[in-house]
Amino acid sequence: MKEQNYIKLEFPSKSTNEGFARAAAAAFAAQLDPTMEELGDIKTAVSEAVTNAIVHAYPDSIGLVAMKMRILDGQVLEISVKDWGCGIEDVEKAMQPLYTTGGEDRSGMGFTIIGSFMDKLRVRSTPGKGTTVIMRRTICPRIGKR
Amino acid sequence: MNINTSFSDGRLTIYLSGELDQHEARSTSECIAELLDEYLPRDCVLDLSALSFMDSSGIAVIVKANRHIKTIGGRLWVENPARQVLRVIDAAGLDRMIPVDTGRVGGLT
Repeated sequence: MKEQNYIKLEFPSKSTNEGFARAAAAAFAAQLDPTMEELGDIKTAVSEAVTNAIVHAYPDSIGLVAMKMRILDGQVLEISVKDWGCGIEDVEKAMQPLYTTGGEDRSGMGFTIIGSFMDKLRVRSTPGKGTTVIMRRTICPRIGKR
Repeated sequence: MNINTSFSDGRLTIYLSGELDQHEARSTSECIAELLDEYLPRDCVLDLSALSFMDSSGIAVIVKANRHIKTIGGRLWVENPARQVLRVIDAAGLDRMIPVDTGRVGGLT
């Protein structure tokens, strides 16, 4: 798929940046003319992925989080969230509903929500080296607009 | 994130407004726990009509509040979630644990 446009962001893993990350994602996605529901889904998925990096990748320190967004042919929005934190030992287990290592402050539903709001979700992780979450969502062209 | 309350006839209504994510989750949970301990309500309503965004961190806040109110013998439900918040509630299956009144005809889901 040919890339039409992209942005890259880097920020420290501070929870105050969660709101910034999803606002930036919404602003970039706006050029695809998404519905309010599609925009809400994208913001939610970004919030979950960035929160995972902040809470789980760097539990006791502040590290770097990189977010890249691409627009691909066919109105496809691709978002990747990358960290260089502790990594995930068992990705399959981590993606199961209600699984969390974050105690009662976490619901364990982050990956489940990303999976239901985005068309594709892929997680690559190496323990001790970091994690990359890649998600895609096709934005439906609106009738009469294209 | 703003939290307002009203209390009448044993029912505490907690109005959450703004955005509820991991950054706001801990302070919101602590505030709700303090309110429950202060009012000891029979019923507690979390009114989410002015909550413009919530992710799974908010699900954990609601589950924690539900667990807390059970320890004081009360019950909790959620009212009027906006569309994005309702989609997160549905995706997480929260409505299987806690009643959710969407404001639609027919009442609680």
